[in-house]
Amino acid sequence: MYVAVKGGEAAILATHDLIAEERRGDRSVPEVTTAQLSEQMKLATARVMNEGSLYDPSLAALALKQAQGDSIEAAFLVRAYRTTLPRFGSTRPLDTSEMAIRRRISATYKDLPGGQVLGPTYDYTHRLFDFALMAEGETAPAAPIASDPLEPHMPRVPDILGDEGLMEAEVPPDGDPAPFDLTRDPIQFPADRDTRLQTLSRGDEGFLLGLAYSVQRGFGGNHPFAGEIRMGEVPVRFKSEELGFEIELGDITLTECQMVNQFQGSKDKPPQFTRGYGLVFGHAERKSMSMAILDRSLKNREFGESVDYPAQDEEFVLYHSDNVEAAGFVEHLKLPHYVDFQGELELIRKIRKEFDERQSEQKAEKAGEAA
Amino acid sequence: MSAHAIDADYNFGYLDEQTKRMIRRALLKAVAIPGYQVPFGSREMPLARGWGTGGIQITAALIGPEDKLKVIDQGADDTTNAVSIRRFFARVAGVETTEKTNEATLIQTRHRVPEYPLSKGQILVYQVPQPEPLRKIESSEVETRKMHAWSEYGAMHVRLYEDIARYGRVATSYSYPVMVNDRYVMSPTPIPKFDNPKMDNMPALQLFGAGREKRIYAVPPFTKVKSLDFDDYPFEVQKWDEPCALCGARDSYLDEVITDDRGGRMFVCSDSSYCEDRREAGHVGIQIDWAKDQAYLDPNADEAK
Amino acid sequence: MSVAPLIQGFSDPILGSQAIFRSILDAMAHPGTIGAIDDSICGTPKDIPLAAAACLLTLIDYDTPVWLAPEFMSMRSWLAFHTGAPDAASIDQTRFALVSAQSSSPAVTDFPKGDDRYPDLSATIIVVCTSLQGGRPIRLKGPGIESEKIISPQGLHEAFWTDVRANNSQFPLGSDIILVAGHELIALPRSITCEEIG
Repeated sequence: MYVAVKGGEAAILATHDLIAEERRGDRSVPEVTTAQLSEQMKLATARVMNEGSLYDPSLAALALKQAQGDSIEAAFLVRAYRTTLPRFGSTRPLDTSEMAIRRRISATYKDLPGGQVLGPTYDYTHRLFDFALMAEGETAPAAPIASDPLEPHMPRVPDILGDEGLMEAEVPPDGDPAPFDLTRDPIQFPADRDTRLQTLSRGDEGFLLGLAYSVQRGFGGNHPFAGEIRMGEVPVRFKSEELGFEIELGDITLTECQMVNQFQGSKDKPPQFTRGYGLVFGHAERKSMSMAILDRSLKNREFGESVDYPAQDEEFVLYHSDNVEAAGFVEHLKLPHYVDFQGELELIRKIRKEFDERQSEQKAEKAGEAA
Repeated sequence: MSAHAIDADYNFGYLDEQTKRMIRRALLKAVAIPGYQVPFGSREMPLARGWGTGGIQITAALIGPEDKLKVIDQGADDTTNAVSIRRFFARVAGVETTEKTNEATLIQTRHRVPEYPLSKGQILVYQVPQPEPLRKIESSEVETRKMHAWSEYGAMHVRLYEDIARYGRVATSYSYPVMVNDRYVMSPTPIPKFDNPKMDNMPALQLFGAGREKRIYAVPPFTKVKSLDFDDYPFEVQKWDEPCALCGARDSYLDEVITDDRGGRMFVCSDSSYCEDRREAGHVGIQIDWAKDQAYLDPNADEAK
Repeated sequence: MSVAPLIQGFSDPILGSQAIFRSILDAMAHPGTIGAIDDSICGTPKDIPLAAAACLLTLIDYDTPVWLAPEFMSMRSWLAFHTGAPDAASIDQTRFALVSAQSSSPAVTDFPKGDDRYPDLSATIIVVCTSLQGGRPIRLKGPGIESEKIISPQGLHEAFWTDVRANNSQFPLGSDIILVAGHELIALPRSITCEEIG
């Protein structure tokens, strides 16, 4: 009896050991802790929380540690975990007007109620290495505390424009139905705004950024104004049907971006500004801005605009923004395909043979004609 | 193979019961509308999208302690993806697994239909990367939905005919489109067209899961499945000039194995279980000695001959 | 609170619903074949056939509005307790229905049949018969049936098969039907044709 050699299972188990070893690296170097990651790699954990669709900085840190810092692999770990979590219900809608602001800027007004709050940002740094960090000789200066507290009232810029009637109103759909849930239902087209916003919010930051850039640069013809970007903590509340009252579950860090776009009007509608909205977990300004630009470009159906550019095509944008799906499908090309490839080989050999036969026939005919 | 200890950290079959119900409802509608793609709330799985999550979710919604599960990829039980998925179900459902096609109640497959005819009561679950047979012609889901709704399949025939005009034949060797029950054009997943005729009137139930694309579809037993073709260019399957080098089979789909870098090659059955059975039954292929020399076969098994 | 919720649902919710689902799937894949459900698998309210209770427990939940014919309203609280399924606000909203074979109204054609792009958005109707055997013979043909299948369920109203034919003639639109009696069931997906013999 002959038995074909089989080593699949043992080889697969060995890859698990090898990747664990690779992840740990040189054992003489201390192991990184998840607390270090969640405290000192906040922008990375924010990205994992967004693309993993789960607000949990410590799990995001664990995911990053386990994935050797690969943010897509980390988001995948978070998603696979979140899908197993029991669901107790939905929170009350968040109110970002009650955000405990840490940063709030507007590019549309020099000054406004509450003022410009620059907060923590790399925006005004010079991108020069701080070699002290490499020497681990960091002496982090504590940021000075302002003499006066921030103004408690920080109106959102679109609301200011809205009071004047110059901003497109945000009106819930008829009957204010429960929003679509991207994590439980398949997207159907045409997609409503709740579907679009959820998809953008979990979408790949790089993909969103590239598309948003295309809108600004030459494939969309839009240069929006950053009406407001705010970042800070917002309370999350839950109303239990059994208890009958609302409880506060805690605060989460959010970044919200409101883009103000060129005005729009029609025969019956007065000209007004239109809005693009971005809301993401953690401190993630680039992502929130990209999202806001794409939210606006995908509103073409509502405004009767034609679809001329990639960023306006909702199937293109929404189907391809999920990096866990995209990575899975691109990387599945690593799986064996030799059955299909054999089919292609058989076919191309056959077609090639016929082609060669035709060529030599034609050659013979030509030679005959010439003779 | 024997049954496995079940992992108590996860629900039986991994998915929660609400998700299983959602998938089960989709499966029943899929069976009632043969070849039609039912959208479903595909869940995130601990395996990558594109690596069989659709098939895995269907299997998870079906599987019970009475089942015997076979998992194949490219026809073989020991390819990496097949091993990984079989380990997953052994862990989360504790079921018995098998490599024998006729012993299995559930067969999850990627890219092949087993060579042995399947029988009534068996269920074949296909992993589907792209459920939409019209996607190469029309990128938009809104448009392809309409084409299916109104049976507007002219563009598909035009595409196949363009191949004939150019190459003298339909230049599609896998994912060759089929018409199911004279109503829906369906993608048979990337099985080679060699396997298409097996889908027609098959006694087993065929279920198709596309996790990333969030679609489920089905072909009930004894249902007409016809590969699209033309009267003057009838559908035909792949043929090989030589038999399987290991078992001598002339009726199976063959994989090409490159044996050196000077053009040497041999052909062996892609269905590893079929090939093994034949060799156990005493069938011998032409290159068996070569294969033994190259350690392609287990040298220790030689004594048992 | 009525006594109904005190009646047990599944004895084992996970494996019980798995076993019943396989019976339903097998029935749907083999139209006309009688499937049987193990008596000990779940409880059922008085006067409700086990097969009807088992199908509903297995398939419905918060996401599936259910329409119960008046004669089966006695099971409503039991069903709500075990599944959380809401009542269908109208026949148009129904995903699952439980009706009596003797009643001609509503007809199977009154329930949602899906739309041409999404024919799956249609109802599944469970029809309670007196028995699945011994009635007038009906010949079934279509997907899932090797050549033909003869069934003879009892207690169906006069126009039932005319309604089913009207339903199935809209294929791919239409409702799907599960006939039940006692612990047995027969599925009639919209894809098949049916013809009264003699």
